[in-house]
Amino acid sequence: MIHLADWPLVFVLAGLVLYVVLAGADFGAGFWQLFAGRGRHADEVRDHAHDAMAPVWEANHVWLVFILTVTWTSYPRAFESIASTLSIPLFVAGIGIVLRGATYAMRSGGSSPRELRIIDSIFGVSSILTPFALGTAVGGLASLRVPVGNASGNLVTSWLNPTSIAIGVLAVATSAYLAAVYLAADAQRERSAELVDLFRRRALGAGVIAGAVAAAGIVALRFDAHRLFTRLLAGDAVALVAVSAVAGAATLALVVRRRFEPARFTAAATVAAVVGGWGVAQNPLILRNLTVSQAAASRSTLIAVIVAVVAGGIVLFPALALLFRLVLGGRLGHSAPADEHTARAVVRQSRPRLALRVAIALAVAGVALTNVADSPWAHGFGVCALLGFVIAGVWAVRPADLAAHPTRVRQSRP
Amino acid sequence: MGAAQQHYLLEARQMQALSFAAHIPLVCFGTAFPALILYVEALWLRTGETLYRTLAQRWSRIMLTLFAVGVISGTILSFEMGLLWPAFTGTFGSVFGLGFAIEGFSFFMEAIFIGIYAYGWSRLSRRAHFLSGIPIVITGFTGSLMVISVNGWMNHPTGFVMQNGRATHVNPFHALFVNPYFWHELVHMYVAGYIVTGFVLAAVYAVARLRGRWTRYERTAFAIPMAVAALASPVQVLIGDWAARDVATMEPTKLAAFEGLARTTRGAPEHILGWYEPDGRIVWGIRIPRLLSTLAFHNPNAVVQGLDAVPANDRPPVNGVRISFQAMVAIGTFLAILGVLFLLVRWRRGRLPESPWFYRAVVLAGPLSLVALIAGWVTTELGRQPWVVYGVMRTSQAVTGAGGIPVGYATLAVVYLGAYLGLWWVLRRLAAAPVHT
Repeated sequence: MIHLADWPLVFVLAGLVLYVVLAGADFGAGFWQLFAGRGRHADEVRDHAHDAMAPVWEANHVWLVFILTVTWTSYPRAFESIASTLSIPLFVAGIGIVLRGATYAMRSGGSSPRELRIIDSIFGVSSILTPFALGTAVGGLASLRVPVGNASGNLVTSWLNPTSIAIGVLAVATSAYLAAVYLAADAQRERSAELVDLFRRRALGAGVIAGAVAAAGIVALRFDAHRLFTRLLAGDAVALVAVSAVAGAATLALVVRRRFEPARFTAAATVAAVVGGWGVAQNPLILRNLTVSQAAASRSTLIAVIVAVVAGGIVLFPALALLFRLVLGGRLGHSAPADEHTARAVVRQSRPRLALRVAIALAVAGVALTNVADSPWAHGFGVCALLGFVIAGVWAVRPADLAAHPTRVRQSRP
Repeated sequence: MGAAQQHYLLEARQMQALSFAAHIPLVCFGTAFPALILYVEALWLRTGETLYRTLAQRWSRIMLTLFAVGVISGTILSFEMGLLWPAFTGTFGSVFGLGFAIEGFSFFMEAIFIGIYAYGWSRLSRRAHFLSGIPIVITGFTGSLMVISVNGWMNHPTGFVMQNGRATHVNPFHALFVNPYFWHELVHMYVAGYIVTGFVLAAVYAVARLRGRWTRYERTAFAIPMAVAALASPVQVLIGDWAARDVATMEPTKLAAFEGLARTTRGAPEHILGWYEPDGRIVWGIRIPRLLSTLAFHNPNAVVQGLDAVPANDRPPVNGVRISFQAMVAIGTFLAILGVLFLLVRWRRGRLPESPWFYRAVVLAGPLSLVALIAGWVTTELGRQPWVVYGVMRTSQAVTGAGGIPVGYATLAVVYLGAYLGLWWVLRRLAAAPVHT
C-alpha cells in the first residue's frame, strides 16, 4: 500500500531510473570516447559516440533537476540533510556536469583532430567523475550515514566508505555498459558492421564487469550496511534483485545474439529493478533517523506535487516520445542535404500604416494603464498593451524590408 | 531556526551571485532568441529567400550552444539550493519548491524542442519545423514565470504560517501564483531578455558594419534584433516605473536602499549619483526635491518610508544596492534613447541609421545591456538582505554548516571562467563556419 507521503518518492525513484538509463548512457558514451585510443579507428568511435548523443545531448540532466526539485519540495528536511552532509560528492558531480556540458557545446566548434581529442578527453574524464560522485552519494544514503540536520553527518566518511565506493564504481560500469549496448544498436541501425562489432565487444566486457561489481557490492553491503543487506535478501526486495539478475543475464544473451534493440529494454529493466529493490529494502527510512512520512511536506504540498508531476508527465512524455521517434527514425541531424525551396509567387501585402496606428494606440493605452492608473487590474491590461506595442511595432518597423533596401523604404507599398 | 556555524557566509553569497551572473545572460537568450529565429524563419517561409533561412539556421546553432551551457549553469543553481542554502530549502522547500518542480518540466520541454528544432532543419517538413519552434517560445516564458514566482515569494512571502521555526499551513499555489509581488518582476525580466538578446546580437553585426562588412545578410541580422530591442527598451522604462511603485508599497526598506533615504520623509527628494554616508546623508549627489515621492506614489507630498523604520541590522548595504540600481537605470535610459533614435531615423528617413557613431553606440549597448541585467538582479537580491525570505529568514540562517566553501567558490570560479572562454571560442567558430544550405 502506497501512502500519499510515499508517492513523490516513487516519482523520485522513477526519475532516478530514467536518469541512470538515459543520462547513464551519455556518461558511458563519454567513457568510451576517453578510452577509444588513437588513430582513425578511435576517431570513428568518438564521432559515433558523439553523434548518437547529439539531438538528445545534455537534456538528460533535466532528470536530475527533476529529482532534486521533487525531493526538496516533498521532503525538505531530508533534502537539507542530504545536500549539506553529502556536499562534497554533490559538488564534484556538479563540476563534472559543467565540464561535460561545456565541452559538449565546444565540440561543435572543434575542427582539428587535436582539438577534438582534448575536448573529448575532458568530456570523458568528467563523464566518469560525475556518475562516480553521484554513486558515492547514493552509497551514503544506502548505508544510512546521513542523519537529520544541516551538515550533521560526517562530511568525508558519509561518502568515502565501502558501500559508496562500490555504488560509485557500479554507476560508472553500468553507464559504460548501457552506452555500449545503445551505441551498438545505433550502429546496427546505421548499418555500420565494424562499429557494431566494436561496441558489441565493449558491451559484453562492460556487462560482465558491471555484474561482477554488483556482486562485490552485495558483499560490501554485508559488512558495511547490514540493515540494507538483510532486507535486500528478504521479502519483496529479493524478488526485485532476482528480476535484476535475470534481466542482466538476458541482456548479455541478447547482445551475444546481436539483438540490440530488445537489449536496450532489458538493460533498462536491470537498472530499474536494482533501484526499486533499494527503495523497497530501505523503506520506511529515508535517512538514518528519519522516516519517509516524518520527512514529508504537508498534505497540500504533496497533493500539489503529485498533480504537477502527473500533469507535467502528460505534457512531457508525448514530447519525449516524439523526440525519440525522430532520433531513432534518423530524422534529426546536421549533415543531411537541405531540401530546395522555391520562392512563393504571392507575397502578402503588409500594412505598415495600420500597424503604426495600432502600435501608437497600444503605447498610449499602455502608458495610461501601467503608469498613470494605480489598480492591479489596470496594470495587467497596461502590460499586455505594452507587449502588444512591441509586437505591433516590429510589424510597423518591418526590419527585414529596411535591411533589404539600403536606401529609403517608403511608408506603404502601392 | 538555529543558524549553522558558518564563517564563510559572504563567500557563499558571492558564489551564489557568481552562479546567477553566469546563468542569467543565457536565460535571456533562452527566452528571446527562439522568437527572433522564428520570425526570421517565417520570413523565409513567406518570401522563399534563402538569406533568411541561412540566418535562421546559423542563429539556431548558436541558440543551441548557448542553451547547452544554460542547462549546466541551471543545473548548478539547483545543486546550490542544497549545497549552499540547505536550511532555506529544508524549511521552505514545501512552500516554494513546486515552482521549481514545474519549471523542471518546462525546461525539459524546451530542451526537447530545441533539440528537434536545431537538428531538424534538413529532414522535417518546413511546416513541422516551424511548428517545432513554437513550444520553445512558450516554455521560455513559462520557465521564467516559475522561477520568478519563487523570487517574488522570497521578496514578499505568503502562503504559510511560521510555527516553532517550521512552515505550517502551507499553500504552495497561493504562495507562488497569488502573490501580488511577482508580476512586475516577471514582466521586467521577460522584457529584459528581449533587450539583452536584441542589443547583444545587434552589437555583433554593428561590429561587422564598422569593419566594412555590410551586405544584405549583415543588415538583416542587425535590423531584426535591433528593432526588437529598440521597441522593448523604452517599454522597459515604463515597466520599471510600475516595478518601483510596487517595491515602494511592498518592500519599502528595499526602496529606501535604492534611494539612500535614511529617514522616513514627507515629500522625499531623489538623489542622482552620490555616495551614502553612514550618518544618512548623500554626498556628491544631485538632489531633486520631491521627485522620489512623486515617482513612488504619484504624489509630491507622499510619505516615503526610510531606512530608520527598521533596526540597523535589518538594513541592506545601502551603497551596493544604490549603485547597482543607478547603474541599471542609467544604462536602461541610454538603451531606451538609442532605441528611440533608431525608430526616429526609421520613421523620418525610412532607412537604417548611417552614422558610424550610432553603430559604435550599439557596440557599447550590447555589453552594457548585460551589465544592466546583472545590476538589476544585484539590486533586488542585495536589496532584500539580510533576509533570504523577506522578514522571515535571514541569509545567515539559511547557509550550510558544511566547510570548504572557499574551495568550492574558487573551483567553480575557475571552471566557469574556463567554460565561458570555451563558449567564446566556440561561438567565434560557429560565426565563421558555413551553414548548409
